[in-house]
Amino acid sequence: MSLLRVEGLKVSYGGIRAVKGIDFYVGRGEMVALIGANGAGKTTTLKAICGLLRPVAGTVTYEGRPITGAPSYGLVEQGLALVPEGRGVFARLTVAENLLMGAYLRKDRAAVALDLEHVYGLLPRLRERRRQLAGTLSGGEQQMLAIGRALMSRPRLLLLDEPSMGLAPLLVKKIFETVSGILRQGVTVLLVEQNARLALEASSRAYVMEGGLITLQGASADLLSSEQVRTAYLGE
Amino acid sequence: MLVRAHLSIFLQQVLNGLVLGSVYGLVALGYTMVYGILGLINFAHGEVVMVGALCALSAMTALQGSGLPGFAVVLLALLLAVLACMALGLAIERIAYRPLRRAPRLAPLITAIGISILLQNLAMILWGRQYHSFPPLLPVHTLHFGGASISTVQLAIILVSGALMAGLLLLVHLSSLGRAMRATAENPQVAGLMGVNVDRIIAVTFAIGSGLAAVAGVLVSANYSVAHYYMGFLLGLKAFTAAVLGGIGNLAGAMVGGVLLGLIESIGAGYLGDLTDGFLGSNYQDVFAFLVLIIVLVLRPRGLLGERVAERA
Repeated sequence: MSLLRVEGLKVSYGGIRAVKGIDFYVGRGEMVALIGANGAGKTTTLKAICGLLRPVAGTVTYEGRPITGAPSYGLVEQGLALVPEGRGVFARLTVAENLLMGAYLRKDRAAVALDLEHVYGLLPRLRERRRQLAGTLSGGEQQMLAIGRALMSRPRLLLLDEPSMGLAPLLVKKIFETVSGILRQGVTVLLVEQNARLALEASSRAYVMEGGLITLQGASADLLSSEQVRTAYLGE
Repeated sequence: MLVRAHLSIFLQQVLNGLVLGSVYGLVALGYTMVYGILGLINFAHGEVVMVGALCALSAMTALQGSGLPGFAVVLLALLLAVLACMALGLAIERIAYRPLRRAPRLAPLITAIGISILLQNLAMILWGRQYHSFPPLLPVHTLHFGGASISTVQLAIILVSGALMAGLLLLVHLSSLGRAMRATAENPQVAGLMGVNVDRIIAVTFAIGSGLAAVAGVLVSANYSVAHYYMGFLLGLKAFTAAVLGGIGNLAGAMVGGVLLGLIESIGAGYLGDLTDGFLGSNYQDVFAFLVLIIVLVLRPRGLLGERVAERA
């Protein structure tokens, strides 16, 4: 059974039909990539899944339940966490406070404290800076913080929106290693990326979006070697 | 001798300023909390102060003959006023602001003024146009020191305001609710992704601000022993000035701005006669608040503790 299933999704954004009817699914425990150029409708798709945008048509099913158009604040309780594009850390809260916001709905204080330690272990830089305001962190550290914050909700499905955006290659590598580690711990990941090569190397399956539609799909390894993807997205 | 007399007059002005300023600070918190989270000025906030004072007045009048001790009557009246104002604050948010959350910024400003006029008129119908005097339920003593004097009511105003402000700071900075309030103020969309019910946080913000306004209304009426339907207008405007002075959106700023404005007004009024050689008297006290507002807006629009536009990554 798939963890997330999107069927016939159409979304308008700012008066423009940004997603024109797409179908895809994410199976439990896998990392699926949604790649495509800027403006292809990838972020809009994520926002519609998370209830930040109301779809015009189509359904989103998570763990067998319809969540189409459900308010975003209810989803985190069901194990769905989004790391938004541009990180969206709370600049005027400290690093530790940002992480605790990720666990906002959890009542199990002891387990939250353990998870906090776990995140600090995974991302030691955050421990060093836990008392600093998040706005003073570098871009890479903010991305780490956004991922750590999402983990604090103990998600079963992690949605990542452009985690490599604006980061130096070395940092991007580090972020992707972290995400792979999260995947190995059993969290399902839906990755939206402009950096097609990285996304295809990290994921098991991928969908290619173009102009609001899914134009290609398949195993990531196959897509990496496909002529079409190589010329259009890998710059070869 | 002359120096000592001058000093004690000055000390008296400072005390008066602290009393006045504590009340401004309490009311300013309501403005600044709502601004911080919604980016709008709740111009009906002054009217909430007035409703608090008049509700407490009615409760006191009703309970006066009940045989309860004066202290209990005052506390009960205060509690009722706080609850009534919280309900009023929630209603204002629900009716006047929530439907306009996505509207242009001018729209909620106009509904705010509308609510303000509506509340004034309702209060006029309910409580009449006359000045009501607060029943003297508690014995008032006056303490003297250093040639200045302060009444127990005034002392209570400073202490209660100080305690409430400290409590609010603790709530906002140390509790999970406060964290959610700050997160919502900064980015409601992402706060929603964390599981924060943004509508509820906004409602809580209005309830807290309105509760503080009710206390302020009762305190200020107890100090002057008078309440009436129009008292919220000027007080609200001055508290707004205090919030701007301190840096709107900043809690500590609202408190600092309130106390500072109280001091400026009180000291300014105390010496205005001397400064203008008797041409202007202390009845021109109100001039100072608006002078301060103009100066701050021209020279430092973000206020004393206000931040520059926050960096958003």
